Amino acid sequence: MEIVCPAGTPAALRAAVKAGAHTIYCGFADETNARNFPGLNFDREEMQEGVRFAHSHGSKVLVAINTFPRAGAEDIWHRAVADAETAGADAVILADLGLLAYAAENHPNLRRHLSVQAAAANADMINFYAEAFGVKRVVLPRVLSVPEIAAINAETDVETEVFVFGGLCVMAEGRCSLSSYATGKSPNMNGVCSPPSHVEYREEGTDLDARLGGYVIHRVAQGEPAPYPTLCKGCFSAEAKTGHLFEDPVSLNAEQLMPQLKKAGVTALKIEGRQRSRSYVAQVVKNFRAATDALEAGLPMPEGMLARLSEGQAVTTGAYKKTWR
Amino acid sequence: MELTVGPNQFFWAADDWLKLYRDLVTAPVTRVVLGEVVCSKRLPFFQDRIPEAVELLQDAGKEVALTSLALVTLKRERKMTAALAEMGVEIEINDLSALAHIPQGTAFSVGPLVNVYNESTLGWLANRGATRVCLPPELPLESVAALAEVGAKTGVKIEVWGHGRLPLAVSGRCYHARHHNRPKDNCQFACEDDPDGLEVKTLEDQPFLVINGIQTLSDSYASAAHQIETLQDAGVSALRLSPQSGDFAGLCGLYRQRLDGDLDGAGLEAALHAGWPKARLSDGFLKGARGADWSGASQLA
Amino acid sequence: MPLDHSSIPVFPAAPARLLRLAPMAPLSLLLTQFTRRIAQQQPGLFRRLGQYGSARFVIDPTDLPLAILLEPRNGDPKVSVQRAPTADARIAGPLAALLGLVHGAYDGDALFFSRDLVIEGDTEAVLALRNAIDDAELDLAGEAQTIAGPLGRYVRQLIELGERTTGMPLTRHEEEGY
Repeated sequence: MEIVCPAGTPAALRAAVKAGAHTIYCGFADETNARNFPGLNFDREEMQEGVRFAHSHGSKVLVAINTFPRAGAEDIWHRAVADAETAGADAVILADLGLLAYAAENHPNLRRHLSVQAAAANADMINFYAEAFGVKRVVLPRVLSVPEIAAINAETDVETEVFVFGGLCVMAEGRCSLSSYATGKSPNMNGVCSPPSHVEYREEGTDLDARLGGYVIHRVAQGEPAPYPTLCKGCFSAEAKTGHLFEDPVSLNAEQLMPQLKKAGVTALKIEGRQRSRSYVAQVVKNFRAATDALEAGLPMPEGMLARLSEGQAVTTGAYKKTWR
Repeated sequence: MELTVGPNQFFWAADDWLKLYRDLVTAPVTRVVLGEVVCSKRLPFFQDRIPEAVELLQDAGKEVALTSLALVTLKRERKMTAALAEMGVEIEINDLSALAHIPQGTAFSVGPLVNVYNESTLGWLANRGATRVCLPPELPLESVAALAEVGAKTGVKIEVWGHGRLPLAVSGRCYHARHHNRPKDNCQFACEDDPDGLEVKTLEDQPFLVINGIQTLSDSYASAAHQIETLQDAGVSALRLSPQSGDFAGLCGLYRQRLDGDLDGAGLEAALHAGWPKARLSDGFLKGARGADWSGASQLA
Repeated sequence: MPLDHSSIPVFPAAPARLLRLAPMAPLSLLLTQFTRRIAQQQPGLFRRLGQYGSARFVIDPTDLPLAILLEPRNGDPKVSVQRAPTADARIAGPLAALLGLVHGAYDGDALFFSRDLVIEGDTEAVLALRNAIDDAELDLAGEAQTIAGPLGRYVRQLIELGERTTGMPLTRHEEEGY
C-alpha cells in the first residue's frame, strides 16, 4: 500500500521523502487549501522545487486544492490548478463540483483525486464523480467502518485512500460549519477549522481555560494536558451531563488495522498533519513505511509507538470500528 | 419573494408530524419539502403518512418535493434514495449520491446541505437539471448575490435559509445515542424526546448548539428578519423556513407579513420573541463576523 | 531520542542563578547580531511569518531568570534579553524544549499538548513563528561555529560536549534516512 504523507513546509516535504514516503501531499499558501494556517504551505517556486526534489527521490506529490471556491473569485482556484500542473504535480486533490468540472475540462491530463472534503461516503457518489469528472482516487471520509470500505471497493474501480493517523474529524468533512458559526472562519471557505486567531488561553486561578471565539470549551487543571480547542472535541454540557459530547480529544491511529484495510482493497494510507513539524512528519512516516513494508512482506506488524505524538496523548481507531458510532 | 418550508429536521411522533402539514395547508407558503433528511432509522415511523401529507398540500395548491438523506452510507440508505426517485414527486437532493438515481433530463432541486459555493458549481447543477437551489446557510450576502445573478441567467431559483436552527454538521456518529450511552444501532430513538434538539451549553453555561441524532445545529434560530430588502435586491427568489415546535404556521404568516411590508424587521423580531420567548436569534452568516451574531436590537442572554 | 520529550532536561539551578548577574546589554547585542546573520541567510523565514513579521514575541525559558524579546521587524530582527518583557505573544518552557523546537528535536504540537510549552497572547502569531522556524532547519551550533571563524572547530566540539553532558538539544536533529 502507498503511504501518503503531509507536508506543511518544504522542510517537512524533504523530511517525509527522506523518511520513505511514497507520496507527499501539500498545498499553496492561500485559501485554496484546507490547511491555510499562518507560516505554512508553499509558494509557487517552493512547490516546483518540492516536486523536483520528490521526483528525484522517486516520490510523488499531490497538491490539495480542496476548499470551495468563493463566488466572484474562482480564478484564484483556477490559477492554483494550473500552477499545480506547471509545477509537475502528480495529481490535484479537489472537493468542489465546479472546480472538478473546470479541471476536467481545462487540465484533462492532470490526474484528479477527490478530497475528503467532498465527503463521498458511498459507491454511488464515488462512481458519480468518476463518471462526471474522471476522478481516479477518492479520499474516504472518516465516517466509514472497515466493512463499509470493503463494500465500496467491491463496487468501484476508483482507488480509495483512507486516513490512518493524526487528527480526527468526527463530522462528515466538508459538511461542517461549526467553526464559522463560532468564529466566522470555516474549513470550506477559508481552509481553517477552529482557527488559532480565535483561540485564547487564560489562566483562571489554578485552571487553564481554552476559548474559541469566546466560548469556553476546555478547562483543565494546572499540569494536565491542554488540548487545542477544536470545536468538535470540546467539553460541553447537555442536561445534567458535562463532557466531550461529540468526541474526546483523541487522535486517530489505525496502524493495527492496516492488514484489514489492505484486505478491504484500500490503495493508499493517508497521514494527517500538515500543521505538524518536520520531525513529527519524519517520525510518523518512518513508522508507517516500516509497517507497510512488513505487511507487504507478510511479516508481523511492528508494535505501535506513536501515541506520544498524538493530541491529548490518547488514540482511537475512529469509525473504522463500528462501536465508535 | 416566495416562502418555502424545508423538511422537518427533528424526530416528531407521526401524529405531530402530520399535524404540521395539516396546519401548513392554509399557511401562506408556496412550497413544502418534506421527508427525512437526518436519520434513515426514523423514516419507518412516519413513512406511511407521507402520501397523505403530499396529497393534502398539493390539493391546497402547494408545490411539494421530497428530500433525500443528508448522509448515505448503508446499503439500506442507498436503496431508500433510489426508491425516492420512483415516487413521482420532485426530489430535493441533500447529498450528491441522490444524483446517481435521477435520470438526466429530470428536474430536481438542491437543498442547503449540498455545497453550492460558486458560479461553476451552480452552473454545473443547472446543466444537470437543477431548477432550484437552497444555498448553504454558511454563505455570506456577497456570495448569495453573486449566485442569485447566475441563477437569474440560468433560470435556477435561488433560495436562502430564512428562519430556523442552522444545520451545522452531520456525522457518522449519533450524538443522541452517545449522550444516552447507547450504541447507534440500539439508540431507542432518544432523539424523539427533543422536538427542537437537545441543548448543548459551554462550560460557562452559555447556550451554543443543539444535538439532533447525527446532526448538530445552532442553538440560535437564524432569522433573515433584518435582511429581507437586501435579499430582495440581490434577486433571491425564496426564503426557506425550517419547522420548529409551537405555532409554525403562524411563524410562516409573520414572515409573509414581513415580505408584504406589513411588518418591518423590528416588528418581526418582536413578534418572534413574543411567540418563542426562549429563542435566541442570529443572522451572522449572512451579515456578521460569525454565524452566531445577531444584527437585531434585542438579544436574550 | 528525537520526539520523546518525556524527560526534557532542566537547566541546572546554580548556573541559572549566576545568569542573574549576566550583563543584559552585551548579551542582547550578541543575540541581535546572531539573529541578523540568520536573517540574511534565511530570508524565507521572515517571509513565512507574513503579517506576523512585525509582531513581538517573548521567548521565556522558564528555567532561566531572564527572557528574550524577539522582534522580527520584517527581516531586520532585534533581540533583547530582559527580566520580564511583555509582547503580543509569549512562549514559555524549559530552555531545552525551546532549543529542541528550533532544532527539530521536538514537535511543537506535542510539546504543547503535554504542557511542556505554554503559549499566551496571540496564538496565531506563535504558530506562524513556529512554522517558519521549523521550515528554516536552523542549526544554532552551526551558526556559532561559522561566526567563530578559525576557532569554529573548538566551538563545535564544546557545544557537542555540552549537548552530551546536559542532554540539551544544542544542534540540529536529522531523522536518519529511510
